[in-house]
Amino acid sequence: MNNVKDSYAARTMAKSVGVMVVLVILTIICILPIWILFVNATRASQVITNDGLTLIPSNYFIKNIQETVHLNDIGKISYSALIGYKNSFLITICATFLTVFFSCMTAYGLVIYDFRMSGPAYTFILAVMMVPVQVTSVGFVKFMGDLHLTDTYWPLILPAIAAPAVVFYMRQYMKSAFPADIVEAARIDGSGEFSTFITISLPMMKPAIGVQAIFAFIANWNNFYTPSMILISRNFKQYTMPMMVQSILSNDKLSDLGVRYTAIVLSILPIIVIYCFLSRLIVDGVAEGGVKE
Amino acid sequence: MKSSAQNRIRSISYAKYGYYFILPFFIVYFIFQLVPLLNTFRLSVYGNGKTTEDFVGLQNFITLIAGGDSLPLQAQHDNLIRVLGNTLILWFGNFIPQLALSLLLAVWFTDLNLKIKGKTFFKIVMYLPNIVTAASVAALFLMLFSKTEYGPINSWLMDMGLKEPIDFIKGKWQSRGVIMFAQTWMWFGNTMIMLMAAIMGISPSLFEAADIDGANSRQVFTKITLPLLRPMVIYTMITSMIGGLQMWDLPYLYKQGQSWNRATETIAVFIYNHFHVIPQNYGYSAATSVILFFITSILGSFCFAMNADPEAKKKKALIKEAKRQAKLQNKSAFGGF
Repeated sequence: MNNVKDSYAARTMAKSVGVMVVLVILTIICILPIWILFVNATRASQVITNDGLTLIPSNYFIKNIQETVHLNDIGKISYSALIGYKNSFLITICATFLTVFFSCMTAYGLVIYDFRMSGPAYTFILAVMMVPVQVTSVGFVKFMGDLHLTDTYWPLILPAIAAPAVVFYMRQYMKSAFPADIVEAARIDGSGEFSTFITISLPMMKPAIGVQAIFAFIANWNNFYTPSMILISRNFKQYTMPMMVQSILSNDKLSDLGVRYTAIVLSILPIIVIYCFLSRLIVDGVAEGGVKE
Repeated sequence: MKSSAQNRIRSISYAKYGYYFILPFFIVYFIFQLVPLLNTFRLSVYGNGKTTEDFVGLQNFITLIAGGDSLPLQAQHDNLIRVLGNTLILWFGNFIPQLALSLLLAVWFTDLNLKIKGKTFFKIVMYLPNIVTAASVAALFLMLFSKTEYGPINSWLMDMGLKEPIDFIKGKWQSRGVIMFAQTWMWFGNTMIMLMAAIMGISPSLFEAADIDGANSRQVFTKITLPLLRPMVIYTMITSMIGGLQMWDLPYLYKQGQSWNRATETIAVFIYNHFHVIPQNYGYSAATSVILFFITSILGSFCFAMNADPEAKKKKALIKEAKRQAKLQNKSAFGGF
């Protein structure tokens, strides 16, 4: 009897060790490319070409950053990390705010109020959740051109107001965690509908808002398709960070590898920093989004 | 007892506020999504000349789907077939390994018998590639796999004894392989977390019962986990397929300089190129978008039906069960006589 138990324990033990080995290998695969990127951003170009691959950071990072700042002065390379950051942060922060605020508002309208169109409106939101951007992009850019909005940021920011997937999430959250009675209590106390929403409901939605704000921030920061569709004139003063990376990539004249790596690092740095602090929240958020319905 | 204030508030109709609250969403959706969608449909039946004025009916679709008698028209058709094929190949090549890997990991992570330390750490690390800007991933892999400028991978391979550097960027299957790998790398963590959540949604008593009955881990997987996970796997597959049809950042950027790699050009890149790089071809671009729209709609409605299904199924099953119970009770009630 004891033997059976022991062999079972031994087998489980062996399997656990095997699983751990696989997990460690996968961890290395996940981190290694990003690690090499960061390491190479700290090395001088000649060192990268001569010494090849290494995993130990060097001390050239500040120098490389200084180089990237001057890229625009020396050659015809349209790159500026500062302008890129300014544009990307402007678009990302505005779009994130709009997405979260108006998604809460739409979900609130659907959950709290009992009106005839609320059912059909919700069905509509569900149905359009999966329409990909690419499908509408041709008509979108042409239409924005007709409105003289291409080469402006409006088409990149305003559409954030209508985010079906976020509305869906907010609605689920409200249904499960938001006490609707509180709205009536506020009414009795004489609070107007909008001020109830702003002063009472929004603060109660904080956990959901936090998660969705992070996801919206990441999605907007990483968005490369819409900006490159809308900013037709290719004026680099308007470029977002991913466009700056593309601009450096497609330039054959830039032979400094350290600077190239540094440019990529700069484009993902804000995201990585956010992830370092909020990774648990993000990972839990993915899991919640997964169990829809 | 209700106070008079409460009664007064009950008597007011607040329905109109519901409209006020959802109005901004629908106005913006109308202007920035619906009108563009209809505009895409409109553009798809106009010509491909310098202006988009001349109406050509379904000519763009016919050219794209069936080809034409002149060489340039036939080329359009061939191109569409090629990019559709590329999209499917790239999707399969990243979805199959991605699903297999994340299913395996999800089962391991939820198996309580295995003693895995630092689950949260592994989850966080494996999700990390997903949040990195896709454009920067393309840039990074382009540099890592570079042939000309002493790319790290090639220099490492040559240290290991390889004689010639491998052309990971221009080579047909090499470049596809890198993109498939990059996509898998970016998405397996996401799929894994979603599948884990689904597995944890399965009632633990089922696993306990199987454990008591002496089922081994393979039996548990094939007889319990997999069948109950099937809706989630199908859901993941369809969303991934819709995502795969939109694959743009990586295939668009993963190329040498300005030249195109015909083996990795996807349907989204095709739409983009006809719109931006060859500006006279709005019509083809729009028509391809419309085709993409229908493919996505079909896939999406599958997903939609599936999401709605479990509830309806549950209800049906409950009713059936209740009927069966009633029958049994009747039987046992009369059985005594």
